[in-house]
Amino acid sequence: MPLDVAGVHARLQERFGDGIGPLEGAGRNASALVEPARIADVCGVAKREPALRFDCLSNLSGVDYPKLQCIQVVYHLFSYPLRHWMVLKVNAPRDNPVVPTVSGVWQAADWQEREVFDLLGVTFTGHPDLRRILMPEDWPGHPLRKDFVEPQEYHGISTSRESLLKV
Amino acid sequence: MSLINTAPEMALTTTIDDLLNWTRKSSVWYMMFGLACCAIEMMQTGGPRADLERFGMAPRATPRVSDVIIVSGTLTLKMALRTKVLYDQMPEPKYVVSMGSCANCGGLFQLAYSVCDGVDKVIPVDVYVPGCPPRPEALTEGLVKLQEKIQQEKWLVRTGDRRTAPAGVRA
Repeated sequence: MPLDVAGVHARLQERFGDGIGPLEGAGRNASALVEPARIADVCGVAKREPALRFDCLSNLSGVDYPKLQCIQVVYHLFSYPLRHWMVLKVNAPRDNPVVPTVSGVWQAADWQEREVFDLLGVTFTGHPDLRRILMPEDWPGHPLRKDFVEPQEYHGISTSRESLLKV
Repeated sequence: MSLINTAPEMALTTTIDDLLNWTRKSSVWYMMFGLACCAIEMMQTGGPRADLERFGMAPRATPRVSDVIIVSGTLTLKMALRTKVLYDQMPEPKYVVSMGSCANCGGLFQLAYSVCDGVDKVIPVDVYVPGCPPRPEALTEGLVKLQEKIQQEKWLVRTGDRRTAPAGVRA
């Protein structure tokens, strides 16, 4: 039977107690904060428990919040058999963001975690192949961080161009 | 010595340069090098309606036998190094057509951290085709311009390397 977001949240909280934060927002925007260390367990249960059956990781992304000094990893879960959804969030400290991988739960997380690692510099412990996926291997820094400074040149190619209108 | 043409009427007179250039420009093989949405238009240009084959242009799958590389689409910095390698693999004489705003100057994405603002920062460009993306007619015109350029070259006069990469680019 499909559950609404509050139902899913209640189930998870029942199982993990304080590991799951209170439900924030409503409807599609409803989300819950999860303790970083427990995210893999929470996702494993969310996938396997018959009442939840989240077989699909719709999206895994990251957000940089410099003022809060954290990088947030966001997990959008969806259950095809039960047609319900849930959004989980993990706050990792900005200076050393380390989050356990969920690629053991959903294979789809493999590349998405590589993307978050590439663009935001989050280290996913236990990930089978944590390399950059979009940027070149020798790229300096993580470009989606708000304090990323674009390099002046890359392998001798300057990264800026004079405006054609000013010439 | 008289300069009056005394050859039979069915004969054709020309210069060696013209003859060489005419043969070269009539078989310009382009490398299939699609980077982004411009590549869709490039495929259309090679298709039956725009029909590049009527100019003797055929797509090639490898740089080793290509005469021209059509840089069609947004060039990222990661791809720029590979483009340089592909260009270096092409045998001389070789030409570069920069197709669309992105290849010309970075276009819509020129402020992005990952985009190389213009392929001319990596390899020397012969013809720029503006547009976003250019229609097949525009690319065809660009390639015809390239043919005109080829027709005017002087191959009997050796002036050293006809072209070199822009200074400072390391692969």
